[in-house]
Amino acid sequence: MARRTSSTRKWVATLAAWIVGLVIFFPILWMVLASFKTELEAFSIPPSFVFFHWTLENYAAVQGRSDYVHHAVNSIIIAGGSTLIALLIAIPAAWSMAFAPSRWTRDILLWMLSTKMMPPVGVLVPIYLLYRTFGLLDTRSGLILVLCLGNLPIVVWMLFTYFKEIPKDILEAARMDGATIGRELVYVLMPMAVPGIASTLLLNVILAWNEAFWTLNLSTSEAAPLTVFIASYSSPEGLFWAKLSAASTLAIAPILVLGWFSQRQLVRGLTFGAVK
Amino acid sequence: MTEETRRVGRLSLTPAVALLFVWMIVPLGMTIYFSTLHYSLLNPGTESFVGLENYYYFLADPAFLASMRNTLVLVGSVLAITIVLGTLVALLLDEAVVGRSIVRLMVIAPFFVMPTVSALVWKNLLMHPVSGLFAYIATSLGLTPIDWFADAPLLAIILIVSWQWLPFATLILLTALQSLDEEQKEAAEMDGARAISTFFYITLPHLARPITVVVLIETIFLLTVFAEIFVTTGGGPGLATTNIAFLVYLQALIQFDVGTASAGGLVAVVIANIVAFFLVRVVGRNLDA
Amino acid sequence: MKHRIGALAAAISFFATIPSFAQTTLTIATVNNGDMIRMQGLTGSFTGKNPDITIKWVTLEENVLRQRVTTDIATKGGQFDVLTIGTYEVPIWAKQNWLVPLDKLGPDYDVSDLLPKIRDAVSVGGKLYAAPFYGESSMIMYRTDLFQKAGLTMPSSPTWDFVIDAAKKLTDKTAGVYGICLRGKAGWGENMAFLTAMANSFGARWFDEKWQPQFNGPEWKKTLTTYVELMHEAGPPGASSNGFNENLALFDAGKCGMWIDATVAASFVTNPKDSKVADKVGFALAPNTGLGKNANWLWAWNLAIPAGSKKIDAAEKFIAWATSKEYTALVASKEGWANVPPGTRTSLYQNPDYLKAAPFAKLTLASIDSADPNHPTVKPVPYVGVQYAAIPEFQGLGTAVGQQFSAALAGSTSVDAALAAAQSETEREMKRAGYIK
Repeated sequence: MARRTSSTRKWVATLAAWIVGLVIFFPILWMVLASFKTELEAFSIPPSFVFFHWTLENYAAVQGRSDYVHHAVNSIIIAGGSTLIALLIAIPAAWSMAFAPSRWTRDILLWMLSTKMMPPVGVLVPIYLLYRTFGLLDTRSGLILVLCLGNLPIVVWMLFTYFKEIPKDILEAARMDGATIGRELVYVLMPMAVPGIASTLLLNVILAWNEAFWTLNLSTSEAAPLTVFIASYSSPEGLFWAKLSAASTLAIAPILVLGWFSQRQLVRGLTFGAVK
Repeated sequence: MTEETRRVGRLSLTPAVALLFVWMIVPLGMTIYFSTLHYSLLNPGTESFVGLENYYYFLADPAFLASMRNTLVLVGSVLAITIVLGTLVALLLDEAVVGRSIVRLMVIAPFFVMPTVSALVWKNLLMHPVSGLFAYIATSLGLTPIDWFADAPLLAIILIVSWQWLPFATLILLTALQSLDEEQKEAAEMDGARAISTFFYITLPHLARPITVVVLIETIFLLTVFAEIFVTTGGGPGLATTNIAFLVYLQALIQFDVGTASAGGLVAVVIANIVAFFLVRVVGRNLDA
Repeated sequence: MKHRIGALAAAISFFATIPSFAQTTLTIATVNNGDMIRMQGLTGSFTGKNPDITIKWVTLEENVLRQRVTTDIATKGGQFDVLTIGTYEVPIWAKQNWLVPLDKLGPDYDVSDLLPKIRDAVSVGGKLYAAPFYGESSMIMYRTDLFQKAGLTMPSSPTWDFVIDAAKKLTDKTAGVYGICLRGKAGWGENMAFLTAMANSFGARWFDEKWQPQFNGPEWKKTLTTYVELMHEAGPPGASSNGFNENLALFDAGKCGMWIDATVAASFVTNPKDSKVADKVGFALAPNTGLGKNANWLWAWNLAIPAGSKKIDAAEKFIAWATSKEYTALVASKEGWANVPPGTRTSLYQNPDYLKAAPFAKLTLASIDSADPNHPTVKPVPYVGVQYAAIPEFQGLGTAVGQQFSAALAGSTSVDAALAAAQSETEREMKRAGYIK
């Protein structure tokens, strides 16, 4: 259902949106441009936008030096796995708190959030000792565990927010038509919650993808994801910005693809007017 | 609500609660235990019980009050910037913009990049007073470039962190806007309401809950901001950008003093709880509605 | 049935006699410096000669690496088989019995070829606890063209007065040329490495014989005041966040008249691929004030084996290979003599090919020789280490003091306030650690 918009409004909005988008995107654009420059050019004054010596040497150096594919696969498994498992646990939990709330609901929600209040560095040694004892150091399952439970509160909260948007009457209508809770969940709730679930999935995959404290400290080589890959390009001695930019561009490429696809879910079309 | 619903509700909640409980209690227990020990990572095996001494040491650190102030300023500023701008940008992206998907991706992009990398890009390629882009623009306009990390370090960090978290706020608010009832808005328009009124009386209340969620989630993350500070200023100059998380880091991985780091971590948790308590007081009722 | 068992037994004994290629995997933790990256690139050469060993690399930035490795070693995590550690860690970790003494590196190793000062820095009680991979000191790198234009000649061992004067003369802020670029970024290995070495040349020291911090003394005050004033007059803007990399970038872009920093920088600034001023660089010893100590430091990155490792043999083979004369020749054959890991062996500095390819070689050697980790200062001290004190607490102290001094440079605190804060913070720590009663 398209909204009646005036042409002027559309073009003003378009202009404004593009300006805002470009301003926000600019540092990333700059980084991607730097990845195609030589190290010397990457910090030269005056800075060059388009007319510089484009080179792929940084990408070649990055490819030759560390195993991008190995790290990328680890990132996909760890970030994807932890988010999917978190979703599986969180969807029932969020449903429960949105549609079957009790007087403890708010407290439970806040308690869940409070599990993230400890600065990770304060709990590094205990977790490291635990992981060492259980043989979880440098394993993908170990990293999936820490990221899944670390992000679970966020996933629950976000899903809770979106579920609350869905009008209860629709669910009750389905119930009165004889649907069990399970069917209600799968056939009525989920389709309506797709935009919310897509956003939650995207944001949490990103949070897991970029999580650089636990992934650095609990992995060594086998399970090392792209965060370790990127960290290895930060050098204390020597110019590295162009190479770091190249490594980062490679690291965000899969996420950009995911972002693009999940964005299609945020289509204004799933309005409740239509459902009504 | 039927009894069955209530029962299923409790059951559905159990896995999440149980897992998080174990995940919380075991490390928490260990941390509390360590905080009462004199435990130096460089001298393992020589631990001794020292009671609350680590807490005294952490709290008596001249850096502690400054770090508290910095933490609150950082969190407050980033929250304000990301939510206000996030709402505006979300409203803008809700319009029928040509090429909307691309713009949306551009706006969300800052969240894709690893925090350490974006901090480095900002610090060296943009903000550096000699070879950064901002300096170039300033000198081209005849102004002296700002030495961000010497003269306004906390502001520089606030800018970087706000830029990183703006996509988060924007995306959540934009998604929430998708479920705003079109007909309500059109009815208001037909009744002669101006855009501003529509915003304040229809849109904003609808966004109350998502904004609350963004506030609470961002607060939790912002209280423990660390990577950006580590990579740009290292907490300095002086103590200008040291926040509580960084102070704990100094204890844990610079002093290698696990006892004091544990104590510091627990202090950080207490402070976070206090902050959350006040926040919930202010915006908490939006959660239920 | 008997046939089958017989056949099975024959098969088993056949396979049992094939020499088993038990694969050993070595996980090597290393810093992300150019020489280490080169070593990574040459791994094939090692595994070619040792097919039963596979190498996995973990490359991280220096501070992150140190934290990661320390956490692992202290909790007996067992994640690493070969470690790259600095001369700061070696004495401390050796004392903790965390390192395996390296006395089985093979007959070709030639321990006596190691530069004496470097060998001292990685030995405890005469035993080698880590094998030096590359060593460095610090020196002045200056622009020969700018000096010529200003009519100045750099002596081989200049005084601070000369350097300060030259820096002021070379500064042309409108043209974007700054007389001198120095480290200002806070960190015990960043600005404090430089400032401690500079303080040594001014007659200062971190602690007196009773471990009492000396920041309230006249020597430290003179050091810090000179530093801050020099940087304000002749240094680049943003100096308080400039570390090695930022200054390297500035020098390469032609913005610095002089730069006092690690000798390894010499190979970067004379490399035409990265440096705009590659052919205009001269070298000199770090400055002094006539008190007998230059403002240079001593450091080496070394390979070590964690105690309790189950892969000591393989690790020893690798370390012997990577720090041997043959390795140096290998790098020379693939990338030229100018790029071999410097500062570890006397034989390298007697090699005419190397001396020809590396114009900075002579001064690098002279700088390393003039730094004595066992007697780093004019007045006596209870610690070893030139730009650090090899005590575990130094990391934290150096970081805190470094922040104060960086703030003094940035102007957000005065020199006196910074010194006072450094003094009180250090005293507090040393009391808690039990050094001062």
